[in-house]
Amino acid sequence: MSGRSILKRIDWLSVLIYLALVFIGWINIYSSTFTEAHSSIFDFSTLYGKQLFFIGVSLIAIVVVLALEVNFYERFSSLLYLISVVSLLGLFVFGKTIAGATSWYDLGFFNLQPSELAKVATALALAKFLSDIQTDLKQRKDQLYALLIIIIPAILIIPQPDPGSALVFFALIFVIFREGLPLYYLAIGFSFILIFVVTLMFGTVWLVIGLVLFIILLFAFKRKTLKIPIIPLAITSIIIILFSLSVNFVFNSVFEQRHRDRFSLWLRLEDDPAKLEQIRKTIGYNTYQSEKAIESGGFFGKGFLEGTRTKGDFVPEQHTDYIFSTVGEEWGFVGTATVILLFSILFLRLISLAERQKNAFSRMYGYGVISILLIHYFINIGMVIGVLPTIGIPLPFFSYGGSGLLFFTILLFIFLRLDTNRLKESF
Amino acid sequence: MRKILLSSVIIIIAITFLGRLSYLQIFSFSTEQLMEDPAIKAIYDYPERGYIYDRNGKLLVGNDPAYDVMVIPREVKPLDTLEFCSLLGIDKEQLIDKLHKAKVYSPRLPSVLVPQLSKQDYAKLQEKMRKYKGFYIQKRSLRYYDTPSAANVLGYISEVNEGDLAVNKYYVQGELKGRTGVERYYEDLLRGRKGVQYIQKDRFNRDIGPYKNGTLDTLPEQGKQISITIDKTLQEYGELLMNGKRGGIVALEPSSGEILSMISGPTYDPALLVGRERSKNYTELYYDTIANPTWDRSIHAQQPPGSPFKTLNALIALQEGAMSESTTIQCYNGFYVGKKKRGCHCGGGMRDMNKGIYMSCNAYFAGTFRKIFEKFETTDEAMDVWEKHMRSFGLGDYLGYDLPFGQKGRIPDKEFYDKWYGDNRWSSSTIISNSIGQGEILATPVQLANMTAAIANRGYYFTPHILKKIDGQEITEPKFTEAKHTTIDPKHFEVVVQGMADVYSKGTARWLQVPDIEIAGKTGTAENFTKINGVRTQLTDHSVFVAFAPVDNPKIAIAVYIENGYFGSRYAGHIASLMIEKYLKGEISRTDLEKRMLEKTLEDEYAKPYSGEEFKINERVW
Repeated sequence: MSGRSILKRIDWLSVLIYLALVFIGWINIYSSTFTEAHSSIFDFSTLYGKQLFFIGVSLIAIVVVLALEVNFYERFSSLLYLISVVSLLGLFVFGKTIAGATSWYDLGFFNLQPSELAKVATALALAKFLSDIQTDLKQRKDQLYALLIIIIPAILIIPQPDPGSALVFFALIFVIFREGLPLYYLAIGFSFILIFVVTLMFGTVWLVIGLVLFIILLFAFKRKTLKIPIIPLAITSIIIILFSLSVNFVFNSVFEQRHRDRFSLWLRLEDDPAKLEQIRKTIGYNTYQSEKAIESGGFFGKGFLEGTRTKGDFVPEQHTDYIFSTVGEEWGFVGTATVILLFSILFLRLISLAERQKNAFSRMYGYGVISILLIHYFINIGMVIGVLPTIGIPLPFFSYGGSGLLFFTILLFIFLRLDTNRLKESF
Repeated sequence: MRKILLSSVIIIIAITFLGRLSYLQIFSFSTEQLMEDPAIKAIYDYPERGYIYDRNGKLLVGNDPAYDVMVIPREVKPLDTLEFCSLLGIDKEQLIDKLHKAKVYSPRLPSVLVPQLSKQDYAKLQEKMRKYKGFYIQKRSLRYYDTPSAANVLGYISEVNEGDLAVNKYYVQGELKGRTGVERYYEDLLRGRKGVQYIQKDRFNRDIGPYKNGTLDTLPEQGKQISITIDKTLQEYGELLMNGKRGGIVALEPSSGEILSMISGPTYDPALLVGRERSKNYTELYYDTIANPTWDRSIHAQQPPGSPFKTLNALIALQEGAMSESTTIQCYNGFYVGKKKRGCHCGGGMRDMNKGIYMSCNAYFAGTFRKIFEKFETTDEAMDVWEKHMRSFGLGDYLGYDLPFGQKGRIPDKEFYDKWYGDNRWSSSTIISNSIGQGEILATPVQLANMTAAIANRGYYFTPHILKKIDGQEITEPKFTEAKHTTIDPKHFEVVVQGMADVYSKGTARWLQVPDIEIAGKTGTAENFTKINGVRTQLTDHSVFVAFAPVDNPKIAIAVYIENGYFGSRYAGHIASLMIEKYLKGEISRTDLEKRMLEKTLEDEYAKPYSGEEFKINERVW
């Protein structure tokens, strides 16, 4: 395919939203790392200067990604996956430690984070496996293989330690669901999360009381025709109770105090308001400051470079994970709502792109891209505005960080490249 | 189902996020004051409080440097409390208490730990200050008084309290504010405007440069230097004469309404309310509820005016045509109200207006009062006219002078008596005491002085005021520079003025003449009562005197009110004559009068009601 036809058929709406997000992101990185001493935006000793450099690198990467043959990605996905797994393993030997996490290779001019590469590779490998004509998701074996593709890099990333990034891989399970994994897996997963939360908030006793009430009601209002499967019901109940008890055990004995405090804060488990406030200002310091910064922005914000809390560095990690709080303080609700809308439109657009793919690999890779971007967006903004516990992962296209920006760009544009070929069932 | 699942998730997430953000940014948002933003620190630059000069440019109030020990609670590190306390001259409990209070106010903002160190303490502390993190010394200035007098007029300043902070956002804790007198009324002029510099702080509370490049910063605006109308020499002299006496003196310049002196006795040295002893001294002054030195009698003490009030009744009678100056009334060493006789000191005989005034004949003015009321068909109508004339002299209501406090005095009206006696159950005879300034009339010394000025001007007055110049510029405020006319025709004044002049030449004050100065005056002797153990008891009469001089083209009008001084010509008359001579000639020729006033006190008289024993009032010898 010629370059011209690629430019004609590429989904320009997605490209424009991408460019808008990168631009808005850089503006806010500039604001949160700006100092009077360095005023040139091309000063590469500054963080915003570096980020500008990576934006340039990403634009070059886009050209390369679009220039490659479409079938290259499907063909080399297994190899890429292998490379990324090896590079994750290599970290245990050659890794560079920054801020307590051994997640980088020192390439001299730039630190490469292989977990970012692994996200792209895993999405490709999963799509390749699921689209294989021999794969049948109704079979347990294939379900297991699909899960393994996701879990292997995640397990390698956890000990860096970078549990946030590891969590991201589990979002890819959504692709498997889309392609036919029975939904009750999802239901069971959510049930366990629900039991976990209910146990922490109300205790096992109330959970049991609720369960007993449910069973009594079930028998009281049962229809004659309906036969209640007593044995499975009993087993389920026992599993629920055992899980609930184990939650208590894990929470009190395995978790460290800081983990407990995070949950106390998130679920408002602490009754004493003074203690809760204490936790808010220590464990919850980042969230507290970021909420305050966002709140102080009001409807219209304080204006570009006018965020006093941003300038005063009140929100730690503001240019990376907490970049959204700069948007909140300086651009107000207008700014935050714009960013939320841009992301939402991008996701909805990508879903419709994925759905129109004739080729199964393209569709599944599309869902992989959406899952990865969505979980970043959901966890990051949820954390910054204080509706989710603190889990440190970046906001795609926004947060400062070279590897992140580069591989998010590659992730997205591989899909946009595949999309230019959407009418063909195979390559 | 599977297809729409992800789209729904995206939309639900978006709604959740927007909901949370609108909660934070729209509902929780309140316009953040710069002061409340932890990223902004305001540094204040205080201008010097304006100086206060007297009418002749003599300094009354200036400033002295002082040093406050300040604390920023959250920056305090553990310290050697023993040494620190001994340096500050406080004990450990006080230190802990003050630190706690400062923390409650704000952990981040500076609070005053120990105010107003002396220069010696400052010198000792200064070198060691670096050892104590979170504490620093702030220089500021204290009021310095170049006179021991005029405390009631000048007023004092003190630290703002919670109430002030809530009412006026300008002030922050530890700042000073005028509380009474000129310091309060002209607070905005004297204070100036503090400059402010906003500093951007980071989360470690380090300065990282000016906020918004200093565009919001302001320079301090200097406090204004003001001159007040008080004559320092006259004020100090008057307070000297007040020695051991209670009461008020107000002297005005009739041609401008400027207050030449405003004296309240007993008073206190204004310097007592400055510095570290301030609160102790204040408590002592404030709780002296018998002598009440912080109560400014010149503007607060509402008393029956007594005989000076007769002059106004004469004027009203002339204005309403109720009688002429030559109308005579017989005095029978008193007069009859019904069958009851009321006394008179004048000696008895036929009185015309001139004699009535200079002999202060009660019978003459009782007759005058009756004639005014007879002129009208109904008592109500007469009362309205009488009240209107009285009020036109600035009686019965706030005068509108530029001091923060005061009292209205009282001119009774028909509603007042209707309520007291019942509708139509009273007549001029019932309220005949008003003819001689007793009865239900009340006036403050400043009102009496103003009334005298109106007579001196033959029919108008200027609202008494205290401010003369702002930064050397004479004030032009119309409220003070425009004449207020009384309802009495100027032509009626000469006969009254002549009567008052004769008070000095041949009347009740002939002992008080001053060589080369022609004075017009009027004595007053006001009966008064108090309750002792619930029994209404009469005390020695108040000594009242009003005067102005020279008779033609008057330069000073004065009212003197001395509590329990007996005859008007005694204490009040002496003081009035001396004040007039001092002001017009600069020196005293009647040294006999001066000696008497400096020596004689009324402390014995004031002690009587508290002695618990029987006592005599209105003693002949003095």
